[in-house]
Amino acid sequence: MTALTPRTLRVYLTTFYALMVEYRAEIFLWAIATSLPLIMMGVWVEAAGSESFPGFTPLDAARYFIAVFVVRQITICWVIHDFEWLVVSGKLSPMLLHPIDPIVRFILVHISEHGARLPFGVLLVVLCFVIVPDALLGNEQQPGAWVPAWWRILLALVASYGAFLLRFIIQYTTALCAFWIERVSALDGINYLPYIFLSGLTVPIHLLPDGVQQVILWTPFPYMLWFPAQLIAAPAEQITAGFVIRGFGTLAGWGGAVFLVNRWLWRRGLKHYSAMGA
Amino acid sequence: MPAISVQSLSKTYHVADKQPGLVGTARHFLNRKHRRIEAVKEVSFDIAPGEIVGFLGPNGAGKTTTLKMLTGLIHPSAGTVDVLGHEPFKRRADYLRQITLVMGNKQQMIWDLPPMDSLQVNAAVYSIPEKEAQQRIDGFAELLGLKEELTQPVRKLSLGQRMKCELVAALLHHPKVLFLDEPTLGLDVNAQTAVRKFLKEYNDQHQASILLTSHYMADITALCRRVVVIHKGTILYDGSLDGVIERFAPLREVKLDLAEPVDDAALRPYGEIESNDGRTARLLVQREQLTQTVGRLLGEQQVEDLTVTDPPIEDVIARLFESGEEDEEEEVATDEHG
Repeated sequence: MTALTPRTLRVYLTTFYALMVEYRAEIFLWAIATSLPLIMMGVWVEAAGSESFPGFTPLDAARYFIAVFVVRQITICWVIHDFEWLVVSGKLSPMLLHPIDPIVRFILVHISEHGARLPFGVLLVVLCFVIVPDALLGNEQQPGAWVPAWWRILLALVASYGAFLLRFIIQYTTALCAFWIERVSALDGINYLPYIFLSGLTVPIHLLPDGVQQVILWTPFPYMLWFPAQLIAAPAEQITAGFVIRGFGTLAGWGGAVFLVNRWLWRRGLKHYSAMGA
Repeated sequence: MPAISVQSLSKTYHVADKQPGLVGTARHFLNRKHRRIEAVKEVSFDIAPGEIVGFLGPNGAGKTTTLKMLTGLIHPSAGTVDVLGHEPFKRRADYLRQITLVMGNKQQMIWDLPPMDSLQVNAAVYSIPEKEAQQRIDGFAELLGLKEELTQPVRKLSLGQRMKCELVAALLHHPKVLFLDEPTLGLDVNAQTAVRKFLKEYNDQHQASILLTSHYMADITALCRRVVVIHKGTILYDGSLDGVIERFAPLREVKLDLAEPVDDAALRPYGEIESNDGRTARLLVQREQLTQTVGRLLGEQQVEDLTVTDPPIEDVIARLFESGEEDEEEEVATDEHG
């Protein structure tokens, strides 16, 4: 009988949600800590206003970075730090003795935290709309309120959770090196630096030169933020079937490939695990 | 068929070897050296269903490493382990559902939530129906004297209360084999007694096999008829608890209450004097000469009262560990000269 049942998922989610809301001030600070897209919004609204980027208006910039902020709330991942601590302190051992793979627990901890963070995220988005009301209501150049079609919201939601799983599996796979080198969080820089510059967090990918864009779109990074954000923020004519299929296909391809490496490393790592301190 | 069968089990660790100081740090950074530590060497034993076995040894003897291999947390370097027909390190779910590991220095409870939340997670993970899980929790809580503690954050509980909750979590799925690593570590006397009583009752009700390590001999004497003594990775003794005393305590203690003061010189012919304040004396007498010596004492001295006791089990075990050290020193000496 498998331990992965709807009841297990429900109990894990409610328990970890309870754990996350135990420290309310901390969640608010976490939400604030992920507000880099809102800072970038200020920078890019100014830049777009200077007409240096033809076709990219201040309103486009505001909507894009608000969308990036929302996607980022769903895709935040810190498993590498948790896992390192669990391995080094020996606290991974009790989890290994449960008849359920710890990966389930790690994923659900993140999803619970995203749920706990949601109200604060919504609050910050509302604040953005108060500061930049045109982003919501439109202006003379781009009239009409920003209300994406339901199917675009649905696709963006699925893409955001897909993006979270991709980010998670890449970080978790790196984290598995803790079985060999223990202080593994230093390795997170290998992922984090390209994530900052190639995910669309600081620069919208579609504003980069074509050649650079074509190369970057083969990496997993744009699908961690830019792709889901574009699904709700880009003009309707840019959301083609080809764009959607390529986006989800690349997410699935990278996710699947890294997952296979993850499972291989997991088996090898367990053989190497010495259950330190436990 | 034994519940646990261990044959020639060995585990070797490779650990980094760093000298202190700046030079040592630089060398360690540029050219890291490792050395091999044989934590467990050729260990073999069986444990029957329902049997409680004390697993004794000083710090670093290889007890915890052996337990880790038996639970499947680490892979052995050599040898075979069979627990309930499973190879533990394959970590199959149907194996994990039948065992538990309790570590006195580690906890599985979620620190910031009440124990009840962790118990509900365990009930779900082990697929225990909700109603039955609640009945089991109530039953265990009653045995351990837990009530409000189950709904208070774990961080607010005392060490003893936490360990009781850990036991409930660890036994909620009614495991058939219990690996207990210092379950009473740091607990006060009352909590220790409660834990021992609880484990005894669990063993009686479920016929579970228990392998118990503890530095508190009271745990061992209260629960175990058999002990396995390990020292520097090698088994020194495997047999009954009484047998340890027979084998490693050749002396018995004779306590005398005398009608008149007697000096040491008068008592020395009977045995080794532990203490003598004139009217009360303690002598250590060879076990095989005990009957004859007691007869002589009663005939030759004015004895008001006489009691014969075994030396404390702690002393016997300490003597056993010392014998392990001496054997090793002899082996080293033989190696050096041979």
